[in-house]
Amino acid sequence: MRNIFLFIRRYFNFLFFLLLQGFSIYLVVHYSRYHNAVFSNTANQLTGKVNEQYSKVEYYFRLKKTNDSLVKANEKLYNKLKADFELPDTTSKTVLDTIRVDSIEQHRKYNFFSAKVVYNSVAAQNNFIVLGRGSAQQLKEGMGVVDPNNGVVGIITEVSKDYAVVMSLLHKDSRISGKLLKGGETGTLSWDGKTPNIISLTGIPKSAKVIIGDTIISSGFSTSFPKGMMIGIVNEVTPEKSTSNFLIKFKSAANFYNLEYAFAIDNKQTEDINNLLDKVKKKTQ
Amino acid sequence: MSTLVKNILRFALFIMVQVFVLDKIHLHQMVTPYIYFLFILWLPFRMGRTWQMIIAFALGFAMDSFRHHPGFHTAACVLIAYIRPFLINLLIPQEGADTNYEEPSFKSMGGMLPYLIFTGVLTFIHHGWLFLLEAWQFGNIWYFLIKTLLSTAVSLLLIIITELLFVRKQKFRTNTI
Repeated sequence: MRNIFLFIRRYFNFLFFLLLQGFSIYLVVHYSRYHNAVFSNTANQLTGKVNEQYSKVEYYFRLKKTNDSLVKANEKLYNKLKADFELPDTTSKTVLDTIRVDSIEQHRKYNFFSAKVVYNSVAAQNNFIVLGRGSAQQLKEGMGVVDPNNGVVGIITEVSKDYAVVMSLLHKDSRISGKLLKGGETGTLSWDGKTPNIISLTGIPKSAKVIIGDTIISSGFSTSFPKGMMIGIVNEVTPEKSTSNFLIKFKSAANFYNLEYAFAIDNKQTEDINNLLDKVKKKTQ
Repeated sequence: MSTLVKNILRFALFIMVQVFVLDKIHLHQMVTPYIYFLFILWLPFRMGRTWQMIIAFALGFAMDSFRHHPGFHTAACVLIAYIRPFLINLLIPQEGADTNYEEPSFKSMGGMLPYLIFTGVLTFIHHGWLFLLEAWQFGNIWYFLIKTLLSTAVSLLLIIITELLFVRKQKFRTNTI
């Protein structure tokens, strides 16, 4: 017994070092489980406050760019106005529903919440974006996030009271499905950790016709994004040697270097769909 | 200013500079400069080794909180805090220099070269361990090696510039009388 104590005393520093190092590596590996418990509540709230102060300064210098992107978004919306369309033929006229209840609200599937980007990184291998809006302002985990021009940015992974952390497309664990606008083939987006704004799309069969300049949109299969949100434009197509798939590199539609505002998308049917999936999972087990 | 207050200010300043200045600079995908760990290198000679590690842990954890993925910087900081005393013992020129001065610098380490070896080795270890943990999941050895070497070079340059810009006045304290 005495020898054990002597041993501990003699090598205390080394043992302490091993303990701390082991704990750090444990944090790296068991990231998500730990993360949800402690990080999202205290650390996010704290670092969020600091980041917010800083972003106020930075925001001022980017007013011009922010304005440009808002003008572009406005232009898009103006083009969707009903007044822009002429209906020469009565057969193609849209018929308004005459039910007394508010039919628009009943069928609303997606709701957009605007949020200010408070922190943003592109240089690390796992990049995050922090939004200055949290669970107290209706944001939830799993919501998709797009930039003002509907370019896909990422998915919310945690929310604290006033802040939300978004796992951006530039993260190694990010798995969002993307679809070729022309052919309709669906694949998975992933990032190799190298160049920001350049992302790969895998799982597209070699039979698909892909050329440089093709558009990639969100597939609408997940509950996070509606179908047709812009993801990017194909930059490079190389056939994979070992599989029957293409490896497609594309330039993201959202510019991750200068995000100022973002929209979180709330899907009203998420709960329904998830409940249904849980039921199926239980049955198959 | 007392050592405690000075170090608390340094802690906050280094984290701020790292998060809001260096992390915003995108030089190249292969080069990510770090400077915040200079805080650990500048800790006083006479501090206990256990305390050094605890403080390094706190520094790394603060850094990780801003990155939203705990563990990476914590592991790297604890590692260099553990190795630091061994290096100081190897590099310090004459007996007692570490009691005559307060903390490592060009002057107290006895010249440019020993201090550069000291910072260079610790920078390399810090970057190597950090990028190794990050690259673990990507698994590309060349990418990792080149990134470590290039980033170490840039960080070292930054450290030298910092040393030249902010000269730390250090009193020569003798305990012979």
